Amino acid sequence: MKRMIEELRQSESIYMPVPARIAEIRQLTELESLFVVELPHDVTLHHVPGQFVQVSLLGVGEAPISISSSPSRSNGIFELCVRRVGDVTGAMHRLKAGNMVGIRGPFGRGFPVQQFRGKDILFVAGGLGMAPLRSLINEVLDERGNYGRVIILYGARSPDDLLFREELGEWSEREDVELHLTVDCPDSRWEHCVGVITTLFAEVEVFPRNTAAVVVGPPIMYKFVIRELEKIHIPKGNIWLSFERRMKCGVGKCGHCQLNHLYTCQSGPSFAYSEVEGLQEAFS
Amino acid sequence: MPKGVLSDWVERLQRHYRVVGPVEKHGQYVFEELTSTDDLCLVYHPTVLPPKKYIVPPRETLVNYRLDGTHIAANINVKPTVILGMHTCDIHGVKLLDKIFDTGFDDQHYQARREQTYLVSIECLDTCTDDSFCRDMGTASATDGQDLHFIDLGEAYAINVVTRKGERLLEGFHHAFDALPSDMNRINRILSEKWARFAYRLDFDIYLLPELLEKSYNSDLWNELGEICLACGMCTQVCPTCYCFDVTDEADLALENGKRVRRWDSCQIHQFAMVAGGHNFRERLAARQRHRFMRKGKYQMDAIGMVGCVGCGRCASSCLVNITPINVLNELYARDMARKGVELMDREVLA
Repeated sequence: MKRMIEELRQSESIYMPVPARIAEIRQLTELESLFVVELPHDVTLHHVPGQFVQVSLLGVGEAPISISSSPSRSNGIFELCVRRVGDVTGAMHRLKAGNMVGIRGPFGRGFPVQQFRGKDILFVAGGLGMAPLRSLINEVLDERGNYGRVIILYGARSPDDLLFREELGEWSEREDVELHLTVDCPDSRWEHCVGVITTLFAEVEVFPRNTAAVVVGPPIMYKFVIRELEKIHIPKGNIWLSFERRMKCGVGKCGHCQLNHLYTCQSGPSFAYSEVEGLQEAFS
Repeated sequence: MPKGVLSDWVERLQRHYRVVGPVEKHGQYVFEELTSTDDLCLVYHPTVLPPKKYIVPPRETLVNYRLDGTHIAANINVKPTVILGMHTCDIHGVKLLDKIFDTGFDDQHYQARREQTYLVSIECLDTCTDDSFCRDMGTASATDGQDLHFIDLGEAYAINVVTRKGERLLEGFHHAFDALPSDMNRINRILSEKWARFAYRLDFDIYLLPELLEKSYNSDLWNELGEICLACGMCTQVCPTCYCFDVTDEADLALENGKRVRRWDSCQIHQFAMVAGGHNFRERLAARQRHRFMRKGKYQMDAIGMVGCVGCGRCASSCLVNITPINVLNELYARDMARKGVELMDREVLA
């Protein structure tokens, strides 16, 4: 089996997408669907949680999408959780199972899974931030013995906006997972917390000495969550974030994803807070 | 090479290569394919666009495909090209591009074109415009990067053969002669005398630039520039070291074939850092101007060890509201000095 990134490097052009088949599409919410993607049989994605791929649709364009499935469950396929929001993602939502897309990647730096070993892991997901985090969560759950506590804080706009509800159900039943949910706009059946994601911090107690926090959400969320994490004394090097940016090439050339001096597509999209703390454009 | 045989040489080249060079057009200079060697203008002030356009074209097809997906192929299709009469600042610009497109992931489209492009530079013996500051940037000469280097000796050109590629351009041409020791003395004298004609235009030495920019990150000057900048993106379009690009898909009218095209983009325009959801990560004009200067003067220095500005002055000449690197950098320096409590009066006395 050939690694996808090697296939790409050795191809005639780094901008040539590899054709892949949409094996299945599962609608998750009104705006988000999960795309199960199948690569050619001799190629494996071989990704790290937190990395992304460039998805292309001929005639429409390319868009960077984070990988939602864990390497532990790849088995020839991988999954992308995509919100219908732009040209490419809009066109993706009109696809049917069996249609083809182009894939380049995986690109960027993922989360340092090795570094998390033995630690309690505090996942903080806001909205679509659950898309890349699910990759890491499932990777951790599939190697559950390598980690301490698994704490998941997840906030969405409404109960209907929660992603991966089936898996949320499974996680909530596991004794070795602490799942805390909140929504801004509850419905009549909602039994969990109401309010922004930071309200969930009152529900958990963590041991800062041995906790890694992994935070992914909309731009506005980071500074508020980081404030909470600093209050409970999690070291800056143990706070990991993932940034969305405009990306056209994925290979550190086109310039769109630059955040101060860093190319998000190369140095990120996963960053330790200690790496980006002083950078104004990280939290713009 | 006696000047009289230059056109013979160019015509010889034209048999094998597309030959481009600076020509005069509407009172300005542009790099253009030479139809007649008479058009070639080797004494000129900076062209509207740098010769970068032959290596990183304004618009380039990366991939051709059929919309139904039955065919898809990379498009790498290169015309062997000789660029004549490049100023050394532009040579330094290409050196930076080489570094960018060879670092990390190879960009095969760039590399293929670059391999088939021959750079012939000419020594500038005088300054060109008030906007240029090549003396400060160390780009008023170039020891490498070009394949051949010309020096105007009056009745002849001295040619320095810098690379094997350059050698190839002279192969079989018998009207150029090896330089004699007396020629070498003359060349050295001409080169040595030129420096007096090149003034420093920055008030500080360039090695201080990355540090100055770092200290000036929160300067009010960026807001002042943001107030007047029109976000037209001209400064980046004419820059020999700007390479940011956008990639878009285009379909033909019959909806049968399509292509993926890259074209020059600009960090100065509004949507450059905007994502699909509408969030703009560099919304403010001040932040965009700051990014441009930080990137040229600090980020690239840190990342690849090269300053991202070659001092050609094109951005200054083309700016509609007169934002010029000389003024911006000197102003940052002055404010930094003032902050340090050094009186401006003292600086003038010292100067």
